[in-house]
Amino acid sequence: MIARLTTALRGRGLALLCLLPFAMVFIVFQVAPLAWVAVHSLINADTWSLANYSKIFASRFYLQAIQHSLQIAFWSSVIGMLVAVLGSYSLRQVDSKLRDFVMAFSNMTSNFAGVPLAFAFIILLGFNGTLTLLLKQSGLISDFNLYSKTGLIVLYSYFQIPLGVLLLYPAFDALRADWRESAALLGASPWQFWRHIGLPVLTPALLGTFVILLANALGAYATVYALTTGNFNVLPIRIAAMVAGDITLDPNMGSALAMILVGLMLVITAAQQWLLKRSYHVAR
Amino acid sequence: MSRAELTATSLYHRSVVWLLLLILLLPLAGTLLYSLSSSWSATILPDGLTFKWYLALWSDARFLAAFGRSLLVCCGALVLAVVLILPLLFVTHYYFPKLDGLMNLLILLPFAVPPVVSSVGLLQLYGSGPLAMVGTPWILLGCYFTVALPFMYRAITNNLQAINLPDLMDAAHLLGASTWQAAWLVVLPNLRKGLMVSLFLSFSFLFGEFVFANLLVGTRYETLQVYLNNMRNSSGHFNSALVISYFFFVLLFTWAANRLNKDPS
Repeated sequence: MIARLTTALRGRGLALLCLLPFAMVFIVFQVAPLAWVAVHSLINADTWSLANYSKIFASRFYLQAIQHSLQIAFWSSVIGMLVAVLGSYSLRQVDSKLRDFVMAFSNMTSNFAGVPLAFAFIILLGFNGTLTLLLKQSGLISDFNLYSKTGLIVLYSYFQIPLGVLLLYPAFDALRADWRESAALLGASPWQFWRHIGLPVLTPALLGTFVILLANALGAYATVYALTTGNFNVLPIRIAAMVAGDITLDPNMGSALAMILVGLMLVITAAQQWLLKRSYHVAR
Repeated sequence: MSRAELTATSLYHRSVVWLLLLILLLPLAGTLLYSLSSSWSATILPDGLTFKWYLALWSDARFLAAFGRSLLVCCGALVLAVVLILPLLFVTHYYFPKLDGLMNLLILLPFAVPPVVSSVGLLQLYGSGPLAMVGTPWILLGCYFTVALPFMYRAITNNLQAINLPDLMDAAHLLGASTWQAAWLVVLPNLRKGLMVSLFLSFSFLFGEFVFANLLVGTRYETLQVYLNNMRNSSGHFNSALVISYFFFVLLFTWAANRLNKDPS
Protein backbone atom coordinates (compact mmCIF):
# COMPACT_ATOMS: atom_id res chain seq x y z
CA MET A 1 0.00 0.00 0.00
CA ILE A 2 2.69 2.48 1.06
CA ALA A 3 4.88 1.34 -1.82
CA ARG A 4 2.05 2.01 -4.25
CA LEU A 5 1.44 5.41 -2.71
CA THR A 6 5.09 6.41 -3.05
CA THR A 7 5.11 5.26 -6.70
CA ALA A 8 2.01 7.34 -7.32
CA LEU A 9 3.59 10.33 -5.60
CA ARG A 10 6.80 9.86 -7.52
CA GLY A 11 4.71 9.72 -10.70
CA ARG A 12 3.12 13.07 -9.88
CA GLY A 13 6.50 14.55 -8.99
CA LEU A 14 7.95 13.41 -12.30
CA ALA A 15 4.88 14.76 -14.03
CA LEU A 16 5.43 18.18 -12.46
CA LEU A 17 9.04 18.00 -13.60
CA CYS A 18 7.79 17.52 -17.18
CA LEU A 19 6.09 20.92 -16.93
CA LEU A 20 9.32 22.69 -16.04
CA PRO A 21 10.77 23.15 -19.58
CA PHE A 22 7.49 24.54 -20.85
CA ALA A 23 7.20 26.92 -17.91
CA MET A 24 10.74 28.19 -18.42
CA VAL A 25 10.37 28.90 -22.13
CA PHE A 26 6.95 30.48 -21.60
CA ILE A 27 8.30 32.76 -18.87
CA VAL A 28 11.37 33.78 -20.87
CA PHE A 29 9.52 34.60 -24.10
CA GLN A 30 6.05 35.66 -22.95
CA VAL A 31 5.77 36.58 -19.27
CA ALA A 32 9.13 38.30 -18.70
CA PRO A 33 8.88 40.68 -21.71
CA LEU A 34 5.37 41.70 -20.70
CA ALA A 35 6.46 42.23 -17.09
CA TRP A 36 9.43 44.31 -18.29
CA VAL A 37 7.10 46.49 -20.35
CA ALA A 38 4.62 46.90 -17.49
CA VAL A 39 7.33 47.90 -14.99
CA HIS A 40 9.32 50.18 -17.29
CA SER A 41 6.25 52.05 -18.49
CA LEU A 42 6.22 53.46 -14.95
CA ILE A 43 9.85 54.55 -14.94
CA ASN A 44 10.93 57.94 -16.18
CA ALA A 45 14.40 59.41 -15.64
CA ASP A 46 15.29 56.45 -13.34
CA THR A 47 12.46 57.07 -10.86
CA TRP A 48 8.95 55.73 -10.50
CA SER A 49 6.49 58.12 -12.13
CA LEU A 50 3.51 58.40 -14.41
CA ALA A 51 5.37 60.92 -16.57
CA ASN A 52 5.40 58.63 -19.62
CA TYR A 53 1.63 58.32 -19.55
CA SER A 54 0.98 62.00 -18.88
CA LYS A 55 3.30 62.88 -21.79
CA ILE A 56 1.32 60.60 -24.09
CA PHE A 57 -2.04 62.05 -23.10
CA ALA A 58 -0.73 65.61 -23.50
CA SER A 59 0.74 64.98 -26.95
CA ARG A 60 -1.42 65.52 -30.02
CA PHE A 61 0.90 63.28 -32.02
CA TYR A 62 0.41 60.24 -29.74
CA LEU A 63 -3.29 60.89 -29.34
CA GLN A 64 -3.58 60.98 -33.12
CA ALA A 65 -1.86 57.57 -33.32
CA ILE A 66 -4.36 56.14 -30.81
CA GLN A 67 -7.27 57.73 -32.64
CA HIS A 68 -6.12 56.41 -36.04
CA SER A 69 -5.64 52.94 -34.60
CA LEU A 70 -9.12 52.91 -33.09
CA GLN A 71 -10.80 54.29 -36.21
CA ILE A 72 -9.09 51.86 -38.57
CA ALA A 73 -9.74 48.92 -36.23
CA PHE A 74 -13.40 49.85 -35.77
CA TRP A 75 -14.32 50.46 -39.41
CA SER A 76 -12.35 47.53 -40.80
CA SER A 77 -14.02 45.27 -38.21
CA VAL A 78 -17.47 46.58 -39.10
CA ILE A 79 -16.89 46.05 -42.84
CA GLY A 80 -15.22 42.69 -42.27
CA MET A 81 -18.11 41.58 -40.05
CA LEU A 82 -20.78 42.65 -42.57
CA VAL A 83 -19.13 40.80 -45.44
CA ALA A 84 -18.41 37.76 -43.25
CA VAL A 85 -21.99 37.57 -41.88
CA LEU A 86 -23.61 37.85 -45.33
CA GLY A 87 -20.99 35.55 -46.84
CA SER A 88 -21.10 32.78 -44.26
CA TYR A 89 -24.92 32.80 -44.13
CA SER A 90 -25.08 32.42 -47.90
CA LEU A 91 -22.32 29.80 -47.81
CA ARG A 92 -24.66 27.59 -45.79
CA GLN A 93 -27.37 27.82 -48.44
CA VAL A 94 -25.37 26.82 -51.54
CA ASP A 95 -24.44 23.33 -52.74
CA SER A 96 -21.61 21.62 -50.88
CA LYS A 97 -19.12 21.63 -53.77
CA LEU A 98 -19.08 25.41 -54.12
CA ARG A 99 -19.21 25.81 -50.33
CA ASP A 100 -16.23 23.55 -49.62
CA PHE A 101 -14.18 25.24 -52.31
CA VAL A 102 -14.90 28.79 -51.10
CA MET A 103 -14.38 27.79 -47.45
CA ALA A 104 -11.00 26.20 -48.24
CA PHE A 105 -9.97 29.23 -50.26
CA SER A 106 -11.08 31.62 -47.53
CA ASN A 107 -9.06 29.68 -44.95
CA MET A 108 -5.98 29.92 -47.15
CA THR A 109 -6.35 33.67 -47.65
CA SER A 110 -6.50 34.12 -43.87
CA ASN A 111 -2.71 33.61 -44.05
CA PHE A 112 -2.41 36.22 -46.77
CA ALA A 113 -1.59 39.23 -44.60
CA GLY A 114 1.33 41.46 -43.72
CA VAL A 115 4.03 42.30 -46.23
CA PRO A 116 2.80 40.18 -49.18
CA LEU A 117 -0.72 41.59 -48.80
CA ALA A 118 0.58 45.16 -48.79
CA PHE A 119 2.47 44.47 -52.03
CA ALA A 120 -0.58 42.88 -53.66
CA PHE A 121 -2.66 45.93 -52.74
CA ILE A 122 -0.08 48.34 -54.13
CA ILE A 123 -0.33 46.52 -57.46
CA LEU A 124 -4.12 46.48 -57.37
CA LEU A 125 -5.02 49.77 -55.69
CA GLY A 126 -1.82 51.86 -55.63
CA PHE A 127 -1.58 55.12 -57.61
CA ASN A 128 -1.13 53.18 -60.86
CA GLY A 129 -2.95 50.07 -59.67
CA THR A 130 -5.07 48.10 -62.11
CA LEU A 131 -8.26 48.52 -60.15
CA THR A 132 -7.59 52.21 -59.46
CA LEU A 133 -7.17 52.86 -63.20
CA LEU A 134 -10.22 50.78 -64.06
CA LEU A 135 -12.41 52.60 -61.54
CA LYS A 136 -11.06 56.00 -62.61
CA GLN A 137 -11.68 55.33 -66.29
CA SER A 138 -15.20 54.14 -65.60
CA GLY A 139 -15.74 57.36 -63.68
CA LEU A 140 -16.74 55.63 -60.43
CA ILE A 141 -14.03 57.36 -58.40
CA SER A 142 -12.01 60.47 -59.08
CA ASP A 143 -9.06 59.49 -56.91
CA PHE A 144 -8.02 56.81 -54.46
CA ASN A 145 -5.12 56.98 -52.04
CA LEU A 146 -4.17 53.58 -50.65
CA TYR A 147 -1.67 55.23 -48.30
CA SER A 148 -4.39 57.13 -46.42
CA LYS A 149 -6.73 56.17 -43.59
CA THR A 150 -9.45 55.13 -46.06
CA GLY A 151 -6.93 53.05 -47.97
CA LEU A 152 -5.81 51.32 -44.80
CA ILE A 153 -9.41 50.59 -43.81
CA VAL A 154 -9.94 48.88 -47.19
CA LEU A 155 -6.71 46.91 -46.79
CA TYR A 156 -7.48 45.89 -43.19
CA SER A 157 -11.03 44.88 -44.13
CA TYR A 158 -9.56 42.46 -46.64
CA PHE A 159 -7.67 40.50 -43.98
CA GLN A 160 -10.61 40.68 -41.56
CA ILE A 161 -12.98 38.90 -43.96
CA PRO A 162 -11.42 35.39 -43.96
CA LEU A 163 -11.00 35.50 -40.18
CA GLY A 164 -14.63 36.57 -39.78
CA VAL A 165 -15.85 33.77 -42.06
CA LEU A 166 -13.70 31.23 -40.21
CA LEU A 167 -15.21 32.26 -36.85
CA LEU A 168 -18.81 32.93 -37.91
CA TYR A 169 -19.49 30.01 -40.23
CA PRO A 170 -19.80 27.48 -37.35
CA ALA A 171 -21.93 29.99 -35.37
CA PHE A 172 -24.83 29.61 -37.79
CA ASP A 173 -25.15 26.03 -36.47
CA ALA A 174 -27.04 27.56 -33.55
CA LEU A 175 -29.80 28.69 -35.91
CA ARG A 176 -31.96 25.68 -36.70
CA ALA A 177 -33.71 25.64 -40.08
CA ASP A 178 -37.05 24.56 -38.62
CA TRP A 179 -37.22 27.68 -36.41
CA ARG A 180 -37.51 29.76 -39.52
CA GLU A 181 -40.29 27.57 -40.84
CA SER A 182 -42.09 27.61 -37.48
CA ALA A 183 -41.83 31.39 -37.29
CA ALA A 184 -43.16 31.72 -40.84
CA LEU A 185 -46.04 29.33 -40.05
CA LEU A 186 -46.96 31.44 -37.02
CA GLY A 187 -47.10 34.48 -39.26
CA ALA A 188 -43.72 36.15 -38.65
CA SER A 189 -42.22 38.14 -41.50
CA PRO A 190 -38.54 37.47 -42.37
CA TRP A 191 -37.67 40.80 -40.72
CA GLN A 192 -39.49 39.80 -37.53
CA PHE A 193 -37.73 36.43 -37.56
CA TRP A 194 -34.30 38.06 -37.68
CA ARG A 195 -35.21 40.79 -35.19
CA HIS A 196 -36.68 38.50 -32.51
CA ILE A 197 -35.04 35.10 -33.09
CA GLY A 198 -32.10 35.13 -35.51
CA LEU A 199 -30.08 38.06 -34.19
CA PRO A 200 -30.57 37.39 -30.45
CA VAL A 201 -29.45 33.77 -30.92
CA LEU A 202 -26.38 34.85 -32.88
CA THR A 203 -25.47 37.78 -30.60
CA PRO A 204 -22.79 36.00 -28.50
CA ALA A 205 -21.00 34.71 -31.60
CA LEU A 206 -21.25 38.08 -33.34
CA LEU A 207 -19.87 39.94 -30.31
CA GLY A 208 -17.06 37.44 -29.83
CA THR A 209 -16.05 37.62 -33.48
CA PHE A 210 -16.20 41.42 -33.48
CA VAL A 211 -13.85 41.58 -30.48
CA ILE A 212 -11.35 39.24 -32.12
CA LEU A 213 -11.45 41.30 -35.32
CA LEU A 214 -10.91 44.53 -33.33
CA ALA A 215 -7.95 43.03 -31.47
CA ASN A 216 -6.56 41.68 -34.73
CA ALA A 217 -6.66 45.11 -36.37
CA LEU A 218 -5.42 47.04 -33.30
CA GLY A 219 -2.28 44.92 -33.00
CA ALA A 220 -1.54 44.70 -36.74
CA TYR A 221 1.88 46.08 -37.57
CA ALA A 222 3.33 44.30 -40.61
CA THR A 223 0.75 45.43 -43.17
CA VAL A 224 0.82 49.13 -42.35
CA TYR A 225 4.62 49.10 -41.94
CA ALA A 226 5.16 47.46 -45.32
CA LEU A 227 2.67 49.78 -47.03
CA THR A 228 3.87 53.10 -45.66
CA THR A 229 7.43 52.24 -44.46
CA GLY A 230 6.33 53.26 -40.99
CA ASN A 231 5.13 56.72 -42.02
CA PHE A 232 1.48 56.34 -41.12
CA ASN A 233 0.77 57.29 -37.53
CA VAL A 234 -0.82 54.30 -35.73
CA LEU A 235 -0.09 52.92 -32.27
CA PRO A 236 1.95 49.79 -33.24
CA ILE A 237 4.14 51.91 -35.55
CA ARG A 238 4.80 54.39 -32.72
CA ILE A 239 5.69 51.58 -30.31
CA ALA A 240 8.15 49.99 -32.72
CA ALA A 241 9.71 53.38 -33.53
CA MET A 242 10.54 53.82 -29.83
CA VAL A 243 12.67 50.67 -29.72
CA ALA A 244 13.85 50.12 -33.29
CA GLY A 245 13.55 53.46 -35.02
CA ASP A 246 16.42 55.56 -36.32
CA ILE A 247 15.62 58.87 -34.62
CA THR A 248 15.26 58.70 -30.85
CA LEU A 249 15.07 55.50 -28.85
CA ASP A 250 13.04 55.58 -25.65
CA PRO A 251 12.13 52.07 -24.49
CA ASN A 252 10.27 53.37 -21.43
CA MET A 253 8.05 55.56 -23.56
CA GLY A 254 7.58 52.61 -25.92
CA SER A 255 6.54 50.53 -22.91
CA ALA A 256 3.92 53.08 -21.88
CA LEU A 257 2.50 53.14 -25.42
CA ALA A 258 2.55 49.32 -25.44
CA MET A 259 0.65 49.21 -22.14
CA ILE A 260 -1.98 51.52 -23.64
CA LEU A 261 -2.38 49.08 -26.54
CA VAL A 262 -2.73 46.14 -24.13
CA GLY A 263 -5.15 48.25 -22.04
CA LEU A 264 -7.32 48.91 -25.09
CA MET A 265 -7.44 45.17 -25.77
CA LEU A 266 -8.49 44.51 -22.16
CA VAL A 267 -11.21 47.20 -22.26
CA ILE A 268 -12.65 45.74 -25.47
CA THR A 269 -12.66 42.22 -24.05
CA ALA A 270 -14.26 43.41 -20.79
CA ALA A 271 -16.94 45.31 -22.73
CA GLN A 272 -17.70 42.19 -24.73
CA GLN A 273 -18.04 40.11 -21.55
CA TRP A 274 -20.35 42.71 -20.03
CA LEU A 275 -22.56 42.94 -23.13
CA LEU A 276 -22.66 39.16 -23.28
CA LYS A 277 -23.99 38.96 -19.71
CA ARG A 278 -26.73 41.44 -20.56
CA SER A 279 -27.73 39.72 -23.76
CA TYR A 280 -30.96 37.83 -23.53
CA HIS A 281 -29.98 34.45 -24.82
CA VAL A 282 -27.04 33.46 -22.67
CA ALA A 283 -28.11 30.59 -20.42
CA ARG A 284 -29.03 31.91 -16.99
CA MET B 1 -42.54 29.71 -50.67
CA SER B 2 -43.29 29.46 -54.35
CA ARG B 3 -40.90 27.97 -56.88
CA ALA B 4 -40.01 31.37 -58.29
CA GLU B 5 -39.20 32.68 -54.82
CA LEU B 6 -37.01 29.64 -54.10
CA THR B 7 -34.99 30.14 -57.29
CA ALA B 8 -34.65 33.82 -56.46
CA THR B 9 -33.24 33.13 -52.97
CA SER B 10 -30.91 30.42 -54.24
CA LEU B 11 -29.69 32.80 -56.96
CA TYR B 12 -29.11 35.48 -54.30
CA HIS B 13 -27.05 33.14 -52.09
CA ARG B 14 -25.02 31.88 -55.05
CA SER B 15 -24.19 35.42 -56.13
CA VAL B 16 -23.16 36.42 -52.59
CA VAL B 17 -20.78 33.44 -52.41
CA TRP B 18 -19.31 34.18 -55.85
CA LEU B 19 -18.89 37.83 -54.87
CA LEU B 20 -17.07 36.78 -51.68
CA LEU B 21 -14.78 34.56 -53.74
CA LEU B 22 -14.15 37.41 -56.17
CA ILE B 23 -13.20 39.83 -53.36
CA LEU B 24 -10.81 37.31 -51.81
CA LEU B 25 -9.36 36.33 -55.19
CA LEU B 26 -8.83 39.80 -56.63
CA PRO B 27 -5.54 40.82 -54.93
CA LEU B 28 -4.04 37.39 -55.61
CA ALA B 29 -5.16 37.31 -59.23
CA GLY B 30 -3.80 40.81 -59.78
CA THR B 31 -0.45 39.87 -58.28
CA LEU B 32 -0.29 36.65 -60.31
CA LEU B 33 -0.94 38.51 -63.55
CA TYR B 34 1.61 41.17 -62.63
CA SER B 35 4.24 38.54 -61.88
CA LEU B 36 3.71 36.99 -65.31
CA SER B 37 3.74 40.22 -67.32
CA SER B 38 6.82 41.62 -69.03
CA SER B 39 5.89 45.23 -68.37
CA TRP B 40 2.74 46.81 -67.08
CA SER B 41 2.35 50.43 -66.14
CA ALA B 42 -0.50 52.90 -66.35
CA THR B 43 -2.57 50.54 -68.51
CA ILE B 44 -5.32 48.16 -67.50
CA LEU B 45 -3.80 45.06 -69.10
CA PRO B 46 -0.11 44.05 -69.35
CA ASP B 47 1.96 44.38 -72.53
CA GLY B 48 3.10 40.76 -72.70
CA LEU B 49 3.52 37.61 -70.64
CA THR B 50 6.79 36.08 -69.45
CA PHE B 51 8.29 33.74 -66.89
CA LYS B 52 11.50 35.73 -66.51
CA TRP B 53 10.63 37.17 -63.09
CA TYR B 54 10.22 33.69 -61.63
CA LEU B 55 13.51 32.59 -63.22
CA ALA B 56 15.24 35.65 -61.80
CA LEU B 57 13.74 35.01 -58.36
CA TRP B 58 14.52 31.33 -58.14
CA SER B 59 18.13 31.89 -59.24
CA ASP B 60 18.70 34.69 -56.72
CA ALA B 61 21.05 33.35 -54.04
CA ARG B 62 19.82 35.86 -51.43
CA PHE B 63 16.22 34.72 -51.94
CA LEU B 64 17.13 31.03 -51.69
CA ALA B 65 19.10 31.68 -48.51
CA ALA B 66 16.21 33.63 -46.95
CA PHE B 67 13.79 30.90 -47.96
CA GLY B 68 16.00 28.25 -46.36
CA ARG B 69 16.31 30.29 -43.15
CA SER B 70 12.54 30.70 -42.92
CA LEU B 71 12.06 26.95 -43.35
CA LEU B 72 14.67 26.25 -40.71
CA VAL B 73 13.27 28.70 -38.14
CA CYS B 74 9.66 27.57 -38.63
CA CYS B 75 10.51 23.88 -38.44
CA GLY B 76 12.76 24.46 -35.43
CA ALA B 77 10.03 26.37 -33.62
CA LEU B 78 7.52 23.63 -34.36
CA VAL B 79 9.87 20.93 -33.08
CA LEU B 80 10.32 22.97 -29.91
CA ALA B 81 6.54 23.41 -29.65
CA VAL B 82 5.90 19.66 -29.96
CA VAL B 83 8.60 18.79 -27.44
CA LEU B 84 7.19 21.26 -24.91
CA ILE B 85 3.45 21.04 -25.54
CA LEU B 86 2.94 17.26 -25.75
CA PRO B 87 4.27 16.49 -22.22
CA LEU B 88 2.39 19.56 -20.95
CA LEU B 89 -0.90 18.35 -22.40
CA PHE B 90 -0.42 14.80 -21.19
CA VAL B 91 0.49 15.88 -17.67
CA THR B 92 -2.31 18.46 -17.33
CA HIS B 93 -4.98 16.12 -18.63
CA TYR B 94 -3.86 12.94 -16.90
CA TYR B 95 -2.40 14.11 -13.58
CA PHE B 96 -3.71 17.61 -12.93
CA PRO B 97 -6.97 18.21 -14.82
CA LYS B 98 -7.51 21.38 -12.76
CA LEU B 99 -4.46 22.95 -14.44
CA ASP B 100 -6.36 23.02 -17.72
CA GLY B 101 -8.35 26.05 -16.52
CA LEU B 102 -5.14 27.92 -15.69
CA MET B 103 -3.63 26.92 -19.04
CA ASN B 104 -6.66 28.24 -20.89
CA LEU B 105 -6.01 31.60 -19.25
CA LEU B 106 -2.26 31.52 -19.95
CA ILE B 107 -2.67 30.75 -23.65
CA LEU B 108 -4.75 33.91 -23.98
CA LEU B 109 -1.58 35.94 -23.36
CA PRO B 110 -0.09 35.50 -26.85
CA PHE B 111 -3.48 36.68 -28.22
CA ALA B 112 -3.89 39.66 -25.92
CA VAL B 113 -0.28 40.84 -26.20
CA PRO B 114 0.55 41.73 -29.81
CA PRO B 115 4.07 40.81 -31.02
CA VAL B 116 4.99 44.48 -31.23
CA VAL B 117 4.41 44.81 -27.45
CA SER B 118 6.44 41.71 -26.58
CA SER B 119 9.23 42.94 -28.84
CA VAL B 120 9.72 46.05 -26.66
CA GLY B 121 10.53 43.87 -23.65
CA LEU B 122 12.42 41.21 -25.61
CA LEU B 123 14.77 43.76 -27.18
CA GLN B 124 15.71 45.21 -23.80
CA LEU B 125 15.90 41.94 -21.86
CA TYR B 126 17.88 39.88 -24.34
CA GLY B 127 19.86 42.57 -26.14
CA SER B 128 22.78 41.92 -23.84
CA GLY B 129 23.55 39.95 -20.67
CA PRO B 130 23.47 36.20 -20.07
CA LEU B 131 20.61 35.60 -22.51
CA ALA B 132 21.80 37.83 -25.37
CA MET B 133 19.72 36.41 -28.19
CA VAL B 134 18.64 39.50 -30.14
CA GLY B 135 19.94 39.29 -33.68
CA THR B 136 20.16 35.50 -33.66
CA PRO B 137 17.61 32.96 -34.89
CA TRP B 138 17.38 31.50 -31.35
CA ILE B 139 15.10 34.28 -30.17
CA LEU B 140 12.76 33.60 -33.09
CA LEU B 141 12.46 29.93 -32.08
CA GLY B 142 11.13 30.95 -28.66
CA CYS B 143 8.86 33.70 -29.98
CA TYR B 144 7.37 31.50 -32.68
CA PHE B 145 6.73 28.88 -30.04
CA THR B 146 4.53 31.37 -28.15
CA VAL B 147 2.75 32.29 -31.40
CA ALA B 148 1.93 28.65 -32.16
CA LEU B 149 1.12 27.72 -28.54
CA PRO B 150 -2.55 28.78 -28.19
CA PHE B 151 -3.48 27.23 -31.48
CA MET B 152 -1.68 23.92 -30.96
CA TYR B 153 -2.82 23.64 -27.35
CA ARG B 154 -6.50 24.04 -28.31
CA ALA B 155 -6.27 21.71 -31.31
CA ILE B 156 -4.56 18.88 -29.44
CA THR B 157 -6.81 19.34 -26.37
CA ASN B 158 -9.84 18.73 -28.58
CA ASN B 159 -8.19 15.59 -29.88
CA LEU B 160 -7.30 14.42 -26.35
CA GLN B 161 -10.86 14.86 -25.16
CA ALA B 162 -12.12 12.83 -28.10
CA ILE B 163 -9.94 9.80 -27.26
CA ASN B 164 -10.93 9.65 -23.55
CA LEU B 165 -7.47 9.71 -22.02
CA PRO B 166 -8.13 8.26 -18.49
CA ASP B 167 -9.91 5.15 -19.84
CA LEU B 168 -7.22 4.58 -22.44
CA MET B 169 -4.48 4.87 -19.79
CA ASP B 170 -6.32 2.53 -17.39
CA ALA B 171 -6.74 -0.05 -20.13
CA ALA B 172 -3.04 0.15 -21.00
CA HIS B 173 -2.07 -0.15 -17.31
CA LEU B 174 -4.32 -3.20 -16.86
CA LEU B 175 -2.58 -4.85 -19.76
CA GLY B 176 0.74 -4.31 -18.01
CA ALA B 177 2.09 -1.20 -19.69
CA SER B 178 4.01 1.38 -17.68
CA THR B 179 2.85 4.98 -17.81
CA TRP B 180 5.70 5.83 -20.19
CA GLN B 181 4.86 2.96 -22.50
CA ALA B 182 1.18 3.84 -22.44
CA ALA B 183 1.84 7.51 -23.22
CA TRP B 184 4.36 6.75 -25.95
CA LEU B 185 2.81 3.69 -27.59
CA VAL B 186 -0.92 4.20 -27.02
CA VAL B 187 -1.77 7.87 -26.52
CA LEU B 188 0.71 9.44 -28.94
CA PRO B 189 -0.32 7.38 -32.02
CA ASN B 190 -3.93 8.35 -31.30
CA LEU B 191 -3.01 12.03 -31.37
CA ARG B 192 -1.09 11.78 -34.62
CA LYS B 193 -3.76 13.23 -36.87
CA GLY B 194 -4.67 16.23 -34.71
CA LEU B 195 -0.98 16.92 -34.19
CA MET B 196 -0.17 16.81 -37.90
CA VAL B 197 -3.09 19.07 -38.85
CA SER B 198 -2.13 21.64 -36.23
CA LEU B 199 1.52 21.49 -37.34
CA PHE B 200 0.67 22.13 -40.99
CA LEU B 201 -1.59 25.06 -40.12
CA SER B 202 0.91 26.52 -37.64
CA PHE B 203 3.61 26.27 -40.27
CA SER B 204 1.53 28.19 -42.77
CA PHE B 205 1.07 31.14 -40.44
CA LEU B 206 4.57 31.09 -38.94
CA PHE B 207 6.01 31.16 -42.45
CA GLY B 208 4.38 34.57 -42.86
CA GLU B 209 5.52 36.05 -39.53
CA PHE B 210 7.15 39.44 -39.97
CA VAL B 211 6.99 41.53 -36.77
CA PHE B 212 9.34 39.48 -34.57
CA ALA B 213 11.62 38.66 -37.49
CA ASN B 214 12.01 42.30 -38.51
CA LEU B 215 12.23 43.93 -35.07
CA LEU B 216 14.34 41.36 -33.23
CA VAL B 217 16.62 40.01 -35.92
CA GLY B 218 16.26 41.97 -39.17
CA THR B 219 18.99 41.50 -41.75
CA ARG B 220 21.32 39.72 -39.33
CA TYR B 221 19.42 36.51 -40.11
CA GLU B 222 17.22 37.51 -43.01
CA THR B 223 14.05 35.40 -43.25
CA LEU B 224 11.69 35.36 -46.21
CA GLN B 225 9.33 38.09 -44.99
CA VAL B 226 12.18 40.42 -44.05
CA TYR B 227 13.77 39.80 -47.45
CA LEU B 228 10.43 40.58 -49.11
CA ASN B 229 10.20 43.86 -47.21
CA ASN B 230 13.81 44.78 -48.01
CA MET B 231 13.17 44.20 -51.73
CA ARG B 232 10.44 46.85 -51.74
CA ASN B 233 12.45 49.10 -54.05
CA SER B 234 13.19 46.46 -56.66
CA SER B 235 10.93 45.71 -59.62
CA GLY B 236 7.26 45.25 -58.78
CA HIS B 237 7.17 42.27 -61.13
CA PHE B 238 9.96 40.59 -59.23
CA ASN B 239 8.16 41.26 -55.93
CA SER B 240 4.95 39.82 -57.34
CA ALA B 241 6.74 36.64 -58.34
CA LEU B 242 8.03 36.54 -54.75
CA VAL B 243 4.55 37.03 -53.27
CA ILE B 244 3.04 34.35 -55.50
CA SER B 245 5.85 31.87 -54.73
CA TYR B 246 5.34 32.49 -51.02
CA PHE B 247 1.59 32.08 -51.24
CA PHE B 248 1.98 28.89 -53.24
CA PHE B 249 3.89 27.36 -50.33
CA VAL B 250 1.27 28.45 -47.81
CA LEU B 251 -1.38 26.99 -50.10
CA LEU B 252 0.45 23.68 -50.23
CA PHE B 253 0.57 23.39 -46.44
CA THR B 254 -3.03 24.49 -45.86
CA TRP B 255 -4.17 22.06 -48.52
CA ALA B 256 -2.23 19.23 -46.88
CA ALA B 257 -3.87 20.04 -43.53
CA ASN B 258 -7.29 20.13 -45.16
CA ARG B 259 -6.77 16.77 -46.84
CA LEU B 260 -5.54 15.21 -43.61
CA ASN B 261 -8.52 16.60 -41.72
CA LYS B 262 -11.02 15.05 -44.14
CA ASP B 263 -9.25 11.70 -44.33
CA PRO B 264 -11.44 9.30 -42.32
CA SER B 265 -8.66 6.86 -41.36
